Amino acid sequence: MASEPENTEGTPIPSSEAAAPSPLVAALQREHPEWISDVIAAFGEITIVVPREQIVAACSFLKTWPESRFDFLADICGADRGVEEDPRFEVNYHLFSTTKHHRLRLKVVLSEEDTHVSSVTGVWRTANWHERETFDLFGVIFDGHPDLRRILLPEDWQGHALRKDFPLRGYEPYSLT
Amino acid sequence: MGLENVIAEALPEVLTTQLDSLINWARKSSLWPATFGLACCAIEMMNATSSRNDLARFGAEVFRASPRQADVMIVSGRVSRKMAPVLRRIYDQMPEPKWVISMGACATSGGVFDNYAIVQGVDKIVPVDVYIPGCPPRPEMLVHAVMMLQDKVSKESARDRRDVPEEEAREAVPPGTLPVTDGSTARLNTLPESRPYTIASRHERRRSS
Repeated sequence: MASEPENTEGTPIPSSEAAAPSPLVAALQREHPEWISDVIAAFGEITIVVPREQIVAACSFLKTWPESRFDFLADICGADRGVEEDPRFEVNYHLFSTTKHHRLRLKVVLSEEDTHVSSVTGVWRTANWHERETFDLFGVIFDGHPDLRRILLPEDWQGHALRKDFPLRGYEPYSLT
Repeated sequence: MGLENVIAEALPEVLTTQLDSLINWARKSSLWPATFGLACCAIEMMNATSSRNDLARFGAEVFRASPRQADVMIVSGRVSRKMAPVLRRIYDQMPEPKWVISMGACATSGGVFDNYAIVQGVDKIVPVDVYIPGCPPRPEMLVHAVMMLQDKVSKESARDRRDVPEEEAREAVPPGTLPVTDGSTARLNTLPESRPYTIASRHERRRSS
């Protein structure tokens, strides 16, 4: 048995900014501290809360920065924290590097009154459908998206189905007759 | 469909009953289903045509991929709201006479999916002739439903089911023709004005009145 315990993925990591949870975040902190409004480390995963205005700049930098090389956008997903919460919505960007094999999550929080965030389709083209899905189900509007239509729900749908205040059975029973 | 309508109208009423039995015998003996598998019920539907259950014994084994060649639509599975106009369009494309079997709990009533995404019963979209309970129903139950449908067909008259006249068919608005955005802006509250997806076929109108 190894006498020196290693820092495995399940071990909680202190999340204070003084002790950055990873060398990557520490390096990013030195390069662009204005992009990092908070760092959350839990369950072996690192999340950086990015100001809304900086998300495209941060994404394009992280894609090509030699330290990170996040060339793969694994997912974009929305979240509704609840009707009474402010900021109510969040958009999560799950990044992965196919060369360095590490992951990072970027988080943008949005208030209910202003659910606009800039599109990252210019950085990763795969963001197109992910952003359409987030728009469809949460009503987050991605400015600069080339084709922001609904993708899962019917075109004439009313509302956004994964919002917490959307009724489970919809607004009215469906019938063609 | 074609000839039988002309004959039925040309001949006096007293002969129509005899002719009906002949036409109904022909109709019920070769009910060709449209391929419309939507969920796990479709697996049981496929099994009904297998060698063990052999739906061919009742003349209903020829599943057609084209609705133009089908007589029966077996709705096997839950119908989502996005699929609903598609299903209705396929039903409209089937020539008269046509029948619908609602297979399983989901197609019949929404089943366990009591939510915004699933139509709570396919009879909200198309007229249903035979309902099958079960989750999923066994293939034998589908065979039984086909037999019940054959009983129903044998009691009908050739006057009951006819083609929709051409001018009426032109009034129908094809589904899926809603306006598409140019992509520059998100549409939030610009819904198309409400218009019917289709017209009621003569058979449906006779039922509702």
